[in-house]
Amino acid sequence: MSVVQTHTISALVNDLPGVLARVAGLFSRRGFNISNLSVGHSETAGLSRMTFVVEGDEWVVEQVTKQLYKLIDVVRVSDISHEQIVVRELALLKVKATASTRAEVVQIADLFRASVVDVADETLIIETTGDEEKVDALVKLLSPFGIREVMRTGRVAMSRGSAATGSRASRIGSTEASAPDTEVVP
Amino acid sequence: MKLTGAQMVCESLLREGVEVVFGLPGGAILPFYQTLPEYPALRHVLVRHEQNAGHAADAYSRASGKVGVCVATSGPAATNLVTPLATAMMDSVPMIAITGQVPRAAIGRDAFQETDTTGITLPITKHNYLVMDTADLPRVMKEAFHIARTGRPGPVLIDLPRDVLEESAEFDYPDQARIPSYKPTLEGSTPQVRKAARAIARAKRPLILAGHGVLISGASAELRALAERAQVPVIETLLGIGSFPGDHILYLGMPGMHGQALCNYAIDQADLLVAVGMRFDDRVTGKISSFAPNAEVIHIDIDPAELGKNVRVDIPIVGDARRVLHALNREVEQASRPEWLADLERLRADHPQRIPSGARLTGEAVVAELCALTGGRATVVTGVGQHQMWAAQHYRFLEPDRWLTSGGLGTMGYEVPGAMGAAFARPDEQVWSIGGDGGFQMTLSELATVAEHRLRVRFIILNNNQLGMVRQLQDLFHERQRVAIAYTGNPDFVKLAEAYGIWAQRVEAPAGVRAALEAAASVDGPALLDFRIDPEENVYPHVPAGGSVAEMIEAPAYEGARS
Repeated sequence: MSVVQTHTISALVNDLPGVLARVAGLFSRRGFNISNLSVGHSETAGLSRMTFVVEGDEWVVEQVTKQLYKLIDVVRVSDISHEQIVVRELALLKVKATASTRAEVVQIADLFRASVVDVADETLIIETTGDEEKVDALVKLLSPFGIREVMRTGRVAMSRGSAATGSRASRIGSTEASAPDTEVVP
Repeated sequence: MKLTGAQMVCESLLREGVEVVFGLPGGAILPFYQTLPEYPALRHVLVRHEQNAGHAADAYSRASGKVGVCVATSGPAATNLVTPLATAMMDSVPMIAITGQVPRAAIGRDAFQETDTTGITLPITKHNYLVMDTADLPRVMKEAFHIARTGRPGPVLIDLPRDVLEESAEFDYPDQARIPSYKPTLEGSTPQVRKAARAIARAKRPLILAGHGVLISGASAELRALAERAQVPVIETLLGIGSFPGDHILYLGMPGMHGQALCNYAIDQADLLVAVGMRFDDRVTGKISSFAPNAEVIHIDIDPAELGKNVRVDIPIVGDARRVLHALNREVEQASRPEWLADLERLRADHPQRIPSGARLTGEAVVAELCALTGGRATVVTGVGQHQMWAAQHYRFLEPDRWLTSGGLGTMGYEVPGAMGAAFARPDEQVWSIGGDGGFQMTLSELATVAEHRLRVRFIILNNNQLGMVRQLQDLFHERQRVAIAYTGNPDFVKLAEAYGIWAQRVEAPAGVRAALEAAASVDGPALLDFRIDPEENVYPHVPAGGSVAEMIEAPAYEGARS
């Protein structure tokens, strides 16, 4: 039986106009679900790093990886789900906070080592960094006060240790001679 | 050397060995057209519809082994290229489409004849470019040709704003495309090849499934060597037809929905499939869970994404079909399999592919007669539908690259511009176009171009005054409820051809088939034959979509049939 899981995939892509559209188009056309996507510059000029969270079984992840490789602008793809990785997300939360509730809101933020980055008459903006579970927990605790706006960056992930993220990448279709055996029937 | 963008395009085309481009001018692409007279070595064929320019370039590519090129202006002309681009993408055909675009400053402002061409064609091209700086053009042209013709080939589109074509920049054409993120794997992994050789040695009932990849990589000789050395019978997919000689003792036929029953039963009984350059399309496999239930699968393909996409693979090998087969032939042991071959001969005898004869004029008989007349060596271009399947079943190709058909996308009307493109690639040969009255009317505007150039194209229309394949589906699977299939307003195709100055004849009885084909073959210039075939004739076998071999409908016993 195929088990649906979430996978974190890191991809190095050419930093060119339209690359995001190519990647997003591929996901929608092939019917892959991405619950999360973040893009930013990498350490190398001209290359961006994308981090996806893909929902699906091993067959889906293998197809996502191989189909991504077929895009000319994709340099490297790696499923880093099974590696030792640091996962972080940044969130900004605009929370309703009147004179009577402000102290309590700030106290909760402190418990999460989140910081207050803006104070207005009736709201606070709280900034937090962590994995999704931590951000979810903070959102849940602050909900009773009234959350006006939530902005989350989506997951970014980096391999622990001195090796580069995705250096053990499944380099299918480039220099490696053959794809791994596959056992999954759609 | 400083050149305008338009000059750069022409110069690059020549350096890539292009001799013919198919196109139709318009406002945004005009700078390119006004530059063409400076490059007399570039032959431009003016078509009547951009879709046909695309299909012609596709067929030219398939027939010549070179990269086909089509040119269109912006907006509606570019959108007319959508169908041929998707056709070429599905069938892995190397092709370059050059489109005009509104000037850079007008992009995004809904200018006249503006459309997001690169956006629209993103999923139906191997890659595409919107060139925003004339200085980028030499690199883009070099990369585009490289991407189109290497790895798993495919169409590449280059969108050129009018002012990019007009501006000048330094032209320094690169010797090589340098694309670090694009390096197709050509050589198969040696351990995997050895594993495959062992599996072939172990197998008692092996089959080769040969696909388009065998033809694209020019691996027919290697395929034949493998089949003969290891005594493995060969089945060809619709696009793999011609990769193995049709008169060879190890040749079985086509599998799948309308494949020979023999092939489907053989796959059902096989204990090993050696799939080469094919992709286990649903028309081949039917119901995946009951496809080749007893077989181990070796899958050789240059596109890693095809391995394990549709069918579970035991021994995947990424690589160019010719190189992998060459390596495999050095490892594989000589074998003989008299029992398996005898079993297949019994299957062949029990499930013959019959041709109805007698008083009815049928498509099968026309194709078989054409095959006899041309000795299995003609270039045959088809559309999509019943006629295509009859042609695939009954024309026995003895040579590779003679069979041009839209397999993956199933584009009706491909036969008219396709035959035109093939005729430009093979000016010394006759090109036979086989179509139905449905598809023919989708692209017949190109009769004008064919007549203008006096191309030696012979159009066969298997005319049943209906959309025959749809009628067949309605008859077999929708309680014979016939909806929207009757073409009651068909023109007189003979008069139509004559209006274009094309020799034409109508054939209404089986007795006239051979003489009509011979008469058409002897015409200097184009010819058209309107065969009035039995409208009730079906294509057999018919495996229902998503069905298994057990559900295959075989032909009823024909009166006076011959096999």
